[in-house]
Amino acid sequence: MSDVVEWARTSPLVFIAATLAAYQGGCWLRTRTGGHPLAQPAVIGIVVVGALVVLVDVDYAAYRSGVEVIAFWLGPATVALAVPLHRHLHRLQGLVLPMLLALVAGAAVSITTGVLLARWLGGSDVIERTVAPKAATTPVAIALADDLGGIGPLASVFAILVGILGAILGPWLFRALRIRDPRTRGLAMGAVSHGIGTSRLLHDDEQAGAFAGLSMGLTALATALLLPLLAFLLF
Amino acid sequence: MITGLVWLVTCQAVGEVLVRLLDVDVPGPVVGMILLLVVLRWHRADDDHPAVLAGSRLLEHLQLLFIPAGVGIVAYGALLRADAVPIAVSLLVSWLVGIVAVAAIFGGLRRRHGRRLARRPA
Repeated sequence: MSDVVEWARTSPLVFIAATLAAYQGGCWLRTRTGGHPLAQPAVIGIVVVGALVVLVDVDYAAYRSGVEVIAFWLGPATVALAVPLHRHLHRLQGLVLPMLLALVAGAAVSITTGVLLARWLGGSDVIERTVAPKAATTPVAIALADDLGGIGPLASVFAILVGILGAILGPWLFRALRIRDPRTRGLAMGAVSHGIGTSRLLHDDEQAGAFAGLSMGLTALATALLLPLLAFLLF
Repeated sequence: MITGLVWLVTCQAVGEVLVRLLDVDVPGPVVGMILLLVVLRWHRADDDHPAVLAGSRLLEHLQLLFIPAGVGIVAYGALLRADAVPIAVSLLVSWLVGIVAVAAIFGGLRRRHGRRLARRPA
């Protein structure tokens, strides 16, 4: 019996099955609740699998390498964001410069406010450095936090948390502030909540999702270029 | 499906090679996204293009792909609790300021641009 438990605690097959099932459950709940903002399949998947990992005492590193076949597809899926963009690119005509200005300013605001708030509230130096690149998509946030002297894997946790904020609160915020233009919605979402916010928009409104994907890519670029400069002023 | 996946994975691979050759801190998949966009424009791709078909299928389940990294939150529970207030407030407020800033700047410039177009004689 203990052999079976030991196998289940370390088997990639079990990890993959649990991850897919939790995600499937999240999709089911999203449909059942008519698209409730809290019913984001990624959020439900993370909560359910996270709880299992803690309860059954699974080593996170073992889980993470076990589900590499799932995580791998994040790369090709990021490439695939070119597809909705291709469909809606004509709507960006004449707005390239406003977009670039808004995204560069947005990246600077995200970095500066993140670091200064953490500092004023008594966060440690390493937390300040880890928070700095959180608006960039996960792989960029990890690399940038490492370069800056933060904790790379923790930076990916921060990036995912702000992504979840966007997926849950973003559409509500847009309605509250009467932001209706799908291009504005998409660019703003992609600039702060990268892929997770993008996936929520893609599900609700493909045009907004297309611009969120573009914004996510450009924000990653802007954050990578700005962070070394701002770090000079902030630290 | 496979032809489409070949497009996606090849664009990513070329992107990964480019960022290494140019030594820039941009993820290979983001460069791959730009490359695929160029390919789709070049082909004047419609909805039957293999890369469009495979890409759309993959994007339907984008949220699934964030679960492995997201579960990492449990590995940092102690660190997150130790600095819970600065982390929570900094993430939330910085997120809010960022999203409003981008929407306000782009929205404002877009409306000015719209007015300029409207004033232009037909």
